[in-house]
Amino acid sequence: MEPTEADLIAAVLRGHAASFEPLVQRYSPRVFATARRYARRESEVEDIAQEVWLKAFEKLKSFRGEAPFEHWLMRLTVRTCYDFLRGHQRNRESPFSDLTEPENDWLERFVAQPETASENADAARLLVERILERLSPQARLVITLLEIEDRSVKEIAQLTGWSVPLVKVRAFRARAEMRKVLAKMATDKYL
Amino acid sequence: MNIAELQTKLLAAARANPPGDRVPYAFEKRVTALLAARAATEPLALWVRGLWRAAASCAVIALLFGAWTFFNPAASSKTDDLSQNFENTLLASVDQSDQTQ
Repeated sequence: MEPTEADLIAAVLRGHAASFEPLVQRYSPRVFATARRYARRESEVEDIAQEVWLKAFEKLKSFRGEAPFEHWLMRLTVRTCYDFLRGHQRNRESPFSDLTEPENDWLERFVAQPETASENADAARLLVERILERLSPQARLVITLLEIEDRSVKEIAQLTGWSVPLVKVRAFRARAEMRKVLAKMATDKYL
Repeated sequence: MNIAELQTKLLAAARANPPGDRVPYAFEKRVTALLAARAATEPLALWVRGLWRAAASCAVIALLFGAWTFFNPAASSKTDDLSQNFENTLLASVDQSDQTQ
């Protein structure tokens, strides 16, 4: 019979480090999917995932087992991603003159006829990544969790450790910051 | 350009394209190996940390004693002067021989 999650955690806490491996195997897909929302390069994604698991091993004693292990791990993942964003703030002030041809085409299409610009286009995906990279770490985290992952304010508060009113304030500011970045893109492109 | 509409459209694009959850080959083995390597270096790291703490404590104690001797110089009475006493003892025999001559 396969050991349960609780058995594995208990074994790790007793000093049997090898029991940690099945946990890594089971939950790494979620950790990687989350990390890919915040880091573009695959080497950075791997670094984040590795950091998450090393922290998880170190802090496993603090896991009380009241909530599922996955929730505890996701909190750790989101906070590690946030630390990564704070440590890798780049290209935030650079102009939008280096848009690729598909991105430019998608924008042209949107300006001419907004309804014809498809959300499923690769260009739209790349463009949104470009916009998110220009946001502050706080704004990017809130926009990703609230608008892209469709999480509730309460869930975000639990994941980030921020209070509910703080999440609301940061969400309001994040939307405004995103509109400001979009306006800058429009100015760079059309003026 | 309608910025609000563009924002909505781009966020919809991000929602429609969730990132993949692919995990690199043998990633769990790599993590386990890293943890094992950490555990092996831990005793040495503990020693180094302990020695650094001891060095810092010694430096603090030396500084405190230095400050104490600087701000509270010993009362310099002639009888308590160690160097004077030492000199007197050392030269006592010479003084005695001078007196007998």
